[in-house]
Amino acid sequence: MKRFSWFNITALTLGFAFLYLPMIILVIYSFNESKLVTVWAGFSTKWYAELMQNEAFLNAAWVTIKVAVFSSTLATVLGTMAAYVLVRAGRFSGRTLFSGMIYAPLVMPEVITGLSLLLLFIGIGLDRGVLTIVLAHTTFAMCYVSVVVSSRLVSFDRSLEEAALDLGCSPWQAFRLVTLPIIAPAVISGWLLAFTLSLDDLVIASFTAGPSATTLPIKIFSAVRLGVSPEINALSTIMIAIVTVGVISASLISKQASLKQQRDEQAAARG
Amino acid sequence: MAQQPVFAPWDDPTQTPLITFQNVTKRFGDFVAIDDLTQHIYEREFFALLGPSGCGKTTMMRMLGGFETPSEGKISISGRDMNKVPPNKRAVNMMFQSYALFPHLSIYENIAFGLRRTDMDKDAIDARVAEMLKLTRLEKFARRKPHQISGGQRQRVALARSLAKAPKLLLLDEPLGALDKKLRQDTQFELMDIQEKTGTTFVIVTHDQEEAMTVASRVAVMDEGRIIQVATPDAIYEAPNSTYVADFIGDVNIIEGKATRKGDKTHIAWAEGQPDIIGSTTRDFSEGQTCHFAIRPEKVAISPDKPDAPNALHGKILDIAYLGNISTYHVELPTGHIIKAQTANTRRLARRSLTWEDDVWVSFTDTAGVLLDR
Repeated sequence: MKRFSWFNITALTLGFAFLYLPMIILVIYSFNESKLVTVWAGFSTKWYAELMQNEAFLNAAWVTIKVAVFSSTLATVLGTMAAYVLVRAGRFSGRTLFSGMIYAPLVMPEVITGLSLLLLFIGIGLDRGVLTIVLAHTTFAMCYVSVVVSSRLVSFDRSLEEAALDLGCSPWQAFRLVTLPIIAPAVISGWLLAFTLSLDDLVIASFTAGPSATTLPIKIFSAVRLGVSPEINALSTIMIAIVTVGVISASLISKQASLKQQRDEQAAARG
Repeated sequence: MAQQPVFAPWDDPTQTPLITFQNVTKRFGDFVAIDDLTQHIYEREFFALLGPSGCGKTTMMRMLGGFETPSEGKISISGRDMNKVPPNKRAVNMMFQSYALFPHLSIYENIAFGLRRTDMDKDAIDARVAEMLKLTRLEKFARRKPHQISGGQRQRVALARSLAKAPKLLLLDEPLGALDKKLRQDTQFELMDIQEKTGTTFVIVTHDQEEAMTVASRVAVMDEGRIIQVATPDAIYEAPNSTYVADFIGDVNIIEGKATRKGDKTHIAWAEGQPDIIGSTTRDFSEGQTCHFAIRPEKVAISPDKPDAPNALHGKILDIAYLGNISTYHVELPTGHIIKAQTANTRRLARRSLTWEDDVWVSFTDTAGVLLDR
């Protein structure tokens, strides 16, 4: 069978068009000269320049980045700890329950997660702002981190840790000097995943954001309700770029690490 | 030249053992891995724990390393009770079966790893690592990462790393399991050499009896959480204390019979219509007690004519296993017993006369075999 038969090419084109056409249109129109979003009037980058003057958008962008950095870092620490304990603890009664509970938020509707967090914050009297969004994003991103990290830990040779202990490390030193450097690629890609998730979250952020802090997705969403402006297109294009870079580098980091290892091993085997 | 004194601290009552297992039992749930085990290991010994998988040899070693604690009993090293001492507080290092080299560190840093956990200064660490690299002939590879060197080199890095802190006791968990046969034999002699040079006490776990016999000063044969016999390799081979040990180490013919004492010899009645096997033993057998006569194939001679020997049995060649340097003949006796006889192939193949279906005699002296009661 030919690899590039007509059927295959058509199926592929349709599939990718379905996925990416809307985004491509958005990106193209972000370079539109005209103020009308649907009428093409020549190439221009003026909306990007105008975007840079827009105080409200810039503020929201700054909040979004702060939230993403803090929440993904916190999620990475907590997610790695959870993964470590679940993989290391071996068999104990209720293990399946615990690991199931770690992964459950992955499939939980975001509306419910957002609502329950909102109720919690109101209940404990926490004013909504950057802190509450960070906490909320940490909550759901840590599940993703723990999935990524635990899949790496499962294949981690425990005798490496035992060797570290044997050579005089305390358990904490063994983790810091041996385990962590080895699982670092997984931890980093977990962080990047958490970062991008936090960056584009709208639902949970809108439940937990307050008047003092608005994230970019909320800002865009509310701006669009008043009509789409080319500025929004420009902003969205930038966000698409950031998310794309994040996701691609996350996968490249882990792929590079394993490829390099394989190459070196083959070289060593040859002598 | 003066006779080198025989190294046998276990026979010397004035010696105090380095390691003492005292009534040690280890359970994992319902499974008893080590069953009420008492054993002494002396300084500078090369002690081999040998047994099939699941016999408890690895558990014994992991207890010495501090990775497992005894359920009952006491383990002491240099007289100090080790039950509550964690692995990082023991003057014991271990060479892992998988080598467990740290993949993110260079060979140099792997070897220096343990030294950096002490308060040794940088120059002293450098000197010690250089010494270890030299000992294991790895100087050229110091800057490489573990995945950039071959299996045999990794094995030497693991050894250098575990020796770097000059432990009182070095534990080796199937250290040569991943190497091919030729490399393994070379490495065995290298290990013995290094053990002699450093004067460290080695405890090695292995399932390879040849390896245990080659390297060890004493071998402990284990089964189901117990040590069946501890002795020097030659004593284990020549004077096993049970059919289990005789069968586990090397090849053996075992014939069951009833013992009768006649003078300084013991006669074993083993089959109707066959002459008694005559053997000698220092063990006490009561009249008519069931016993097992064990004899190694290389101590059984094979000939076409009836030889003049205390024990000669008639049979037919069933099978010949040609191994190059030796051949093993499987001879079937009229009783159905199969006796293995081994001869060195000192002549070229074409000139040897025995072949399949030949009527032959197998013979052995009255001191060649051992009599066992279990």
